[in-house]
Amino acid sequence: MNFLYSDEQRMLLESADRFGLDNFPATDRLKLLAEGEAGVRRTWSMMAELGWLMLPIAEEQGGLGGGLVEVMALQESLGRHLVPSPFVTSCVLAPALLEGAGAAGAELLAAIGAGEAVVAAGLLEADGGYDLHRVALAARSADGGHVLSGVKCHVEDGADAGWFLISARTAGGVAEREGISLLLVPASAPGLTVHRFRAIDGHRHARLELNDVRDAILIGDRDQALPVIEAAVARASCAYLAEATGSMESLSAITLDYLRTRHQFGKPIGSFQVLQHRMVDMVIACEEARAMMLHGTLNHHLGDRDWQRAVSAARVRVSECGVYVGQQAVQLHGGVGFSDELIVSHHLKRQMMLAQAHGSIDYHRGRFAA
Amino acid sequence: MKLELDASDRAFQEEVRAFFADSVPENWRTRVRAGLRLNPEELTAYQKRLAARGWGAPTWPAEYGGAGWSPVQQYIFWKEAADADAPAQFHQGLELIGPIIFTYGSQELKDRYLPRIINADDWWCQGYSEPGAGSDLAALRTRAVRDGDHYVLNGQKAWTSYAHVASHVFVLARTSDEAKRQQGISLLLLDMKTPGITVRPVETMDEKHHTNEMFLDDVRVPVGNLVGEEGRGWEYGKVLLDRERMVTASVAIFLTQTIRGIKEAASRRTIGGVRLIDQPGFRSKLAQFEIEVIALQTMILRLMADANAGVDSGPRGSMVKLRWSQLTQQGTALWIGALGPEAAHFAPLGDTGVPADMPYAMQGALYARVTSIYGGSSEIQHNIIAQRALRL
Repeated sequence: MNFLYSDEQRMLLESADRFGLDNFPATDRLKLLAEGEAGVRRTWSMMAELGWLMLPIAEEQGGLGGGLVEVMALQESLGRHLVPSPFVTSCVLAPALLEGAGAAGAELLAAIGAGEAVVAAGLLEADGGYDLHRVALAARSADGGHVLSGVKCHVEDGADAGWFLISARTAGGVAEREGISLLLVPASAPGLTVHRFRAIDGHRHARLELNDVRDAILIGDRDQALPVIEAAVARASCAYLAEATGSMESLSAITLDYLRTRHQFGKPIGSFQVLQHRMVDMVIACEEARAMMLHGTLNHHLGDRDWQRAVSAARVRVSECGVYVGQQAVQLHGGVGFSDELIVSHHLKRQMMLAQAHGSIDYHRGRFAA
Repeated sequence: MKLELDASDRAFQEEVRAFFADSVPENWRTRVRAGLRLNPEELTAYQKRLAARGWGAPTWPAEYGGAGWSPVQQYIFWKEAADADAPAQFHQGLELIGPIIFTYGSQELKDRYLPRIINADDWWCQGYSEPGAGSDLAALRTRAVRDGDHYVLNGQKAWTSYAHVASHVFVLARTSDEAKRQQGISLLLLDMKTPGITVRPVETMDEKHHTNEMFLDDVRVPVGNLVGEEGRGWEYGKVLLDRERMVTASVAIFLTQTIRGIKEAASRRTIGGVRLIDQPGFRSKLAQFEIEVIALQTMILRLMADANAGVDSGPRGSMVKLRWSQLTQQGTALWIGALGPEAAHFAPLGDTGVPADMPYAMQGALYARVTSIYGGSSEIQHNIIAQRALRL
């Protein structure tokens, strides 16, 4: 049992930390967000140059074969500096979905790793909550291929994706675990409408409407995609655990600094006991989050079922802690905490969105309890 | 980075598991799960069994008769004890005074007292708090005046838990008045049979006799029973701060027992033919509790890994104490909730029985209230973290 990063993992964490410090200073945050897609593209090409986009891709697929812990190291630093990118979606979730897809996936994986393709996954439907098995979007066979019709209500980081991996019903009823297949569709496919949205944290998402979209490429085994999808989403969830933990530790450090330097009533506000105790509760929340990040990530060896339960437990507590730390950071900063100018409110907004990504607190608590 | 245990630790785990397989009488379970102490006779018998196995003092170095275990081994021991519904060992001798004796005490004190602590021949209680010295312990007024080969003690101690059971008490008393209140305090070891010691029970809200007030009237203590040097008793408490993380961690590991208590109660009760444990509202609350317990247990694992590597874990001991007391309160309250209307049947009036788990579940819920007060209240823990770790 040990909780130490290896030297290589530590180097990765530190280089991502430097990357954040150099390129994403808090003072440039608003400018970066105003750039929209152009800003994301610039970040993306920098990350590609550093080789990070191929980090989670298996070595036999031309990637660096980074596992959950390598992704954790990278993500905690990216979270610390609030680097906005579709990294988790395109480089963690999508490769895990494409794994074992043979030739159909290989080309796309190479393009993802090189920064040439951004891939998102359409997995959620309006009536399905966060359940990955509630799939109504239909794929019918025609001319030896698949024709897709239906709606995916939210596609994380889908606004700038060139490709979508879509869960579709190829057999069985709407809530059955069997009969779900994964299909790959280019954003330019006829019959596909991509509605784009900006979230409050700068991430760019989509809703997909598919009307007889033809020539969808089957990824993996027909009717048997659910276990692959659930495991891939759990990987993405682990990456979010690390991002949230990095972000809240950053918030905690910023707030502690503020308590020491901000003066009111003739002394630093950190000399007031009521604020000291609140600050301690924030630090404890960060400790709990870090512990749960490790619990979720390092229990991978337990096998899919128990691991995913551990990930859900972790998502519950990390999300609660993250939102708490974000809210308290704003509170302790007072008026300037509410302003858009300080990085503090931006971290809170990211924490709020992370607390929803691939499952809300209630969803994960229910999944843990099931 | 990994969570799995090494092969040698797994072998140790098997050994401990085998020991606990037949070590826990059925009638201990509910009390243990409710976080209540067993009777002194039961705890003494348990301690003697551990001592016979060489496991009487899990946190002590081998040279003083301890198990000499690594922090990870200690964790495994407590985890297995918790899983088997074994109780936490009584800590006042083992964790509060024993380590001070082996760190600062004379050879004579070590020889006389340490083996008897491990073998539960002596039962120690702590004479620190006073009516005017609670969280502000340095305000204590009990005096020890040198008279030939003795100190003569006068004063009043408060919250002297288990003084009614104890054979010995360790007392902080003022031996001189210095400008700094923490100086001039000495640590003395007393036999409870010494003339002049009077113990009076203090009734507590859980209707269980834990604690007392203790009066010291011209109590004569041999000078040889002074620990370390006169006037430096306050400093000796520091050794406990360093060990505290292991002690609070050990207690917090036992929270999984409360989960089992809640689950059993919620499995027995049905509402509209559906077991409470299968009702979504209750399941969700229980899940939340379990998740927070997992978070605490994983914090403890990190603490153990730090201790194993000889790394300072900063304020994590205080954090664990804080969160543990909150969770033991939350868990026992959930248990009471699971019992439903019959939670009101605390004690029989006349010739009738009380529901399963009673009175212990209720006593556990009430006793849990003091866990955020004793051993440094939650507010004091906040102060400690703010000052020592955050430097505010």
